[in-house]
Amino acid sequence: MEAGTPQLVKLEELRVPGQLSGRKHILSILVENKPGVLARIAGLFSRRGFNIDTLAVGPTDDPSVSRITLTLDGAVHPIDQVTKQLHKLVNVLKIRDMEPEETVAREMAMFKVSSAVENRAEIIQFAEIFRAKIVDVSRRSMTIEVTGSADKIEAFERMIRPHGLIEMVRTGEIAIARGSD
Amino acid sequence: MQSLKAEGVEHVFGIPGGANLPTYDALVDADFRHIQVRHEQGGGHAAEGYAKASGRVGVAFATSGPGATNLVTAIADAMLDSVPTVFITGQVRTELIGTDGFQEADILGATLPFVKHSFQATDPRQIPEYVHEAFHVASTGRPGPVLLDVPQDLSRADIDYAPRTEPVELAGYKPPHGGNIKQIRIAAKAIANARRPILYSGGGVINANASEELRELAAADRFPITSTLMGLGAYPASGEQWLGMLGMHGTRAANYAMDEADLIVAIGARFDDRITGKLSEFAPHAKFIHIDVDPAEISKNVPAHIPIVGDAKLVLPELTREYRALQTDASRLDEWWQQIKAWQDKYPLGYEQGKDGEIKPQFMVEAMHRATGGDAIITSDVGQHQMWAAQYYGFDKPRRWINSGGLGTMGFGLPAAVGAKVACPDDAVVCLAGDGSLIMNCQELATCVSQEIPVKVFLMNNGYMGMVRQWQELFWDRRYSSVEMGPSPDWVKLAEAFGATGLRCEDSGELEQTMAEALETDGPVLLDVRVSPEENCFPMIPAGAAARDMVG
Repeated sequence: MEAGTPQLVKLEELRVPGQLSGRKHILSILVENKPGVLARIAGLFSRRGFNIDTLAVGPTDDPSVSRITLTLDGAVHPIDQVTKQLHKLVNVLKIRDMEPEETVAREMAMFKVSSAVENRAEIIQFAEIFRAKIVDVSRRSMTIEVTGSADKIEAFERMIRPHGLIEMVRTGEIAIARGSD
Repeated sequence: MQSLKAEGVEHVFGIPGGANLPTYDALVDADFRHIQVRHEQGGGHAAEGYAKASGRVGVAFATSGPGATNLVTAIADAMLDSVPTVFITGQVRTELIGTDGFQEADILGATLPFVKHSFQATDPRQIPEYVHEAFHVASTGRPGPVLLDVPQDLSRADIDYAPRTEPVELAGYKPPHGGNIKQIRIAAKAIANARRPILYSGGGVINANASEELRELAAADRFPITSTLMGLGAYPASGEQWLGMLGMHGTRAANYAMDEADLIVAIGARFDDRITGKLSEFAPHAKFIHIDVDPAEISKNVPAHIPIVGDAKLVLPELTREYRALQTDASRLDEWWQQIKAWQDKYPLGYEQGKDGEIKPQFMVEAMHRATGGDAIITSDVGQHQMWAAQYYGFDKPRRWINSGGLGTMGFGLPAAVGAKVACPDDAVVCLAGDGSLIMNCQELATCVSQEIPVKVFLMNNGYMGMVRQWQELFWDRRYSSVEMGPSPDWVKLAEAFGATGLRCEDSGELEQTMAEALETDGPVLLDVRVSPEENCFPMIPAGAAARDMVG
């Protein structure tokens, strides 16, 4: 409908957009690098009952600004409401809800796997397939570093788990928008 | 102090202590008035009352630790009712922070969920900058409380104050101004096509000082109008299109009209659970236009079909103009008004008159209206008396009704009256108190006496925490549990002990006269009015029920 035309707006044709997107969202948030900012964001999420799936915080090219990358489930949370609440925090400068097709997202994980001599070769082979790196070896274990999408890391975990997973750590995803043509 | 002065501060409420000694030392030479309260919570609510009555930023000071934590209720209250306030707390010396020092409390951490924003100074030169930023954030956009925590060693430092020449700019804070004109046009056209529209206005209209603009929109086409508890007075209760308050203790006409409406125009209101009742059955036939300065309120509880983010003072005139330009046929609302009038005739607000001089609480509110000419600033506590005041006082002007709506803080009324009286010394300020509430902050009577703040307290004394008793009666099988207030203090003697005037009234025939006497008496007065002990506040929507299920 064209604004400025004399016709009226039919009430029965008014619709509201759906609140839940049903997919995972990556929010890339630029915040002022000041004490307590993370506490404000974490507090907001817990107070409003929003669940953060992953969270990564780091510096940017501007020392007064930090970037927080967090992922959350759009099937459970109205993302629009989450971003609007975040925007109310004075220390939040910019929020980008990353478009999946236009985003490169990466996560790093390290897996400590028990490795008796007889299955070492197999583990190394898995690591090669996943382009993972072996970053530490001891008599009983190996530590493997994997970088990639969250799916890739989860796939690697499924492969390696039967070999005796001792411990794993994940960074949470970071993301950047693809360059435009 | 200079930065506060530069912000136009004339009054501050507070109590000194170890960590804010330097601030209080500077107050000796400052040329604004400090009102020494008797409890920091009272100071906080006084700052709120000041802000609500005047529209200016209210300021309260407290020391570190317990002084600061005593402010927390007032800060939370100011957050939920969007009251422009700045709270300045002392903190232990910088090198003691984190050591559990004497009177140390992490007030910044404690108040994070309840503040619009907060600062802790780490360098004395930040203090003036933070003061200006605090006032800017507190008073613009959707107003709210801002906390500034200042370690003792920093407030002690001597710094040069350079008056600020530039307006405050914060990179992450851009409050909206006017609404999107395309959205406003769509809204105007939707209203023009509505057969059963209703205006639903809230406290945001009062915060935006947009009462005139609201009245003009309402006048554009005889739109029926209702408002929340916080919005009373924005549209006059004596106006022809007024349906009364809506929500849990609203009128049947207002609630039924919401229930049957085809288009609800929400202005500065947030669809709180006290308004909607059971959300899934709220206004089942309606489409929603939602005008709010806070984008996060849009579609938070009720999805908006036509959202308009902006300041009501700017949006409403545009909407009125766009609507008028459409030159719609006003007769399309005739049927709607017939239906509304039928509800109004069938379900007027009413109560059974007391016999033999018994004072019904509703009668007491009506007597207050007559005694004050309907033009006093009324503050209230929280409970039945608050709802009766909202139903029966009939507020015709904005900023005349000051109460705690969102947080529902008992004990709010008296300190809020202190603040309102300081802000508006030429207006009559009456605190309509409940006996359960008044005792929670009755120490502020000492403030009224010592600081010569002549507020009048009209105590609706029913001997109960009446609203809780009502719920226990109606929904908990009359199993009364800890709701009796007796044996109560002798309120007349208590007032006199503080150095105020105490009066009592137990006869409906004498009530108005006694109220007039209280209003004419110099200085603070406490009038103890003995009302029917077990009167219930009706009508009501039981919690979690729908508007259709109103009882009483």
